[in-house]
Amino acid sequence: MIAEDIRQVIIDILARIAPDEDLSDLQDDVAFREQMELDSMDFLDIVMELRKQYRVQIPEEEYEQLISMSSTVSYLMPRLKDVESPA
Amino acid sequence: MVKYDTVIIGAGLSGLAAGIRLAYFDKSVCILERHTTIGGLNSFYRLRERNHDVGLHAVTNYAPPGTKTGPLSKLLRQLRLRWDDFRLCPQRESTVAFPGCTLRFNNDFQLLLSQIEEQFPAQRDNFQRLLNRIDEHDELSLNDVPTSAREIVAAEISDPLLVDMLFCPLMFYGSPTASDMEFSQFVIMFKSIFYEGFARPFEGVRLILKSLVRQFKSLGGELKLRSGVRTILSENQRATALVLDDGSTIETKNILSSAGSAETIRLCRGRTEEDAPQPGEISFVETIFSLDCQPADLGHNQTIVFYNNTPQFRYDTPDEACDVDSGIVCSPNNFQYGDRVDEGRIRITALANPDIWMNFAESDYIREKDSWCRRIVDSAVAHVPDFRSHVVDTDMFTPRTIKKFTGHLNGCVYGAPQKIRDGRTHLENLFLCGTDQGFLGIIGAMLSGITIANLHLLKTP
Ligand SMILES: Cc1cc2nc3c(=O)[nH]c(=O)nc-3n(C[C@H](O)[C@H](O)[C@H](O)COP(=O)(O)OP(=O)(O)OC[C@H]3O[C@@H](n4cnc5c(N)ncnc54)[C@H](O)[C@@H]3O)c2cc1C
Repeated sequence: MIAEDIRQVIIDILARIAPDEDLSDLQDDVAFREQMELDSMDFLDIVMELRKQYRVQIPEEEYEQLISMSSTVSYLMPRLKDVESPA
Repeated sequence: MVKYDTVIIGAGLSGLAAGIRLAYFDKSVCILERHTTIGGLNSFYRLRERNHDVGLHAVTNYAPPGTKTGPLSKLLRQLRLRWDDFRLCPQRESTVAFPGCTLRFNNDFQLLLSQIEEQFPAQRDNFQRLLNRIDEHDELSLNDVPTSAREIVAAEISDPLLVDMLFCPLMFYGSPTASDMEFSQFVIMFKSIFYEGFARPFEGVRLILKSLVRQFKSLGGELKLRSGVRTILSENQRATALVLDDGSTIETKNILSSAGSAETIRLCRGRTEEDAPQPGEISFVETIFSLDCQPADLGHNQTIVFYNNTPQFRYDTPDEACDVDSGIVCSPNNFQYGDRVDEGRIRITALANPDIWMNFAESDYIREKDSWCRRIVDSAVAHVPDFRSHVVDTDMFTPRTIKKFTGHLNGCVYGAPQKIRDGRTHLENLFLCGTDQGFLGIIGAMLSGITIANLHLLKTP
């Protein structure tokens, strides 16, 4: 997957975690927490969704890498580079 | 033979919510329910062609669509449900009615604030100080040291009448303990009732339960009704399997029980009655009146009335079968449903003594119900218009009914006084959720199931 695909994967996960949230104007360099109401339960869900869909294991001490869209994408790039992009 | 990741005991609100979390993350999960239907303490039934809810007066913790914080939105996110799945309609207005003083409140906290300023002007700053303490408190901490809410509130508010009037609705809707509450529980109830407020789906609790079951099944979860658990088998501090009422055995890696702590420990082979934690004792009777008109036609517009007729409010197990001096009047019609109208209903709840109700001879039980029902209404009509000549049907249930259909010892509604916040038991893979874990009520029960599933059952792949 390339960066663009990974971004879409994260958007899809966020849409599932918060179906009532408008994600169209999400800013990639601003922390998720500042743009949407996400608490620690929700962060756990992002991690588990990634495990569920792509079998990526993210250790607890690395959760902080998922702070914004751009940091999440760069963190996942090497881990998902061999995964087929979703159709 | 199938071996589940997790078997959940009980298809009440906590068990169903936990089930959705586990099924969503691809765990093989099965919910076992002894009764013929789902819902537990908040189920529904049909009697003489009328639909009734068991528990639901009001869903607490109301938040309007689009709200992104607070327990209700947290819960919807966690269950991957939409606001529309519960279709909550807000209350009109409720009251706390004591001799010579009535406080009105609704889902806008300003109304309660202005009522207190008007009726307790000397307490204005004190009340503000209490609000500061409430706002600063972390009530959801899973390891907090229990402190007496009575002491904290009395330290701020010097008028005992106002203290009692604040405690009355919070105790009725969520105190497992007599006379006093833990401060954390007080804060949870204060926020859920006064800050956030009441709502109800027009269709009643059915809608909420159906949304939960639909979600659970669509994610591959299994639900087995008429499947009571008789025994939990264990080996070396680990649960290994469950034996059902029909003698069949189910193997599982983990068990999550919503049956109650004392009730669950009694299912474990080799455990004696003495090891078991004490079950709670706070229980209620509930009377349901169907009317030939709307409550509003009689001039009754309140959603909920919490009433008390004595100088001091008492919240404990009465010496007689019921305590008729205080209670809750709920009119399910008095929510903002738009133009949808259902049959007029009034429900009244009063504290009850479980032992007395359990021990009535079968031949006296019906007569006792009739007689207490009459006494409860006689007392309640001091606070609501006299609706007695409009009653077309009456039903009443007691601690005995609650025990029969949910298995909770004493017909206890809010669980044991001693909560087990982290959900752990003497077996390393047997966990508790629901009333004895400690988050109470409809929203609380669902959050309890979610919290314990997240904490113990989801982190391992
Ligand atoms: C009269 C009344 C009015 C209420 N009003 C309100 C209200 O207005 N607002 C509000 O928020 N809350 C209200 N509540 C409280 C709310 O209903 C409960 O807090 C909530 O439903 C508890 O859910 P639970 O999952 O913890 O427990 P339960 O619903 O009790 O779930 C436990 C389930 O386990 C099953 N079970 C037990 N033992 C076994 C076994 N051995 N094998 C298989 N299954 C077993 C039981 O049958 C039951 O279905 C009310 C309750 C009552 C009784």
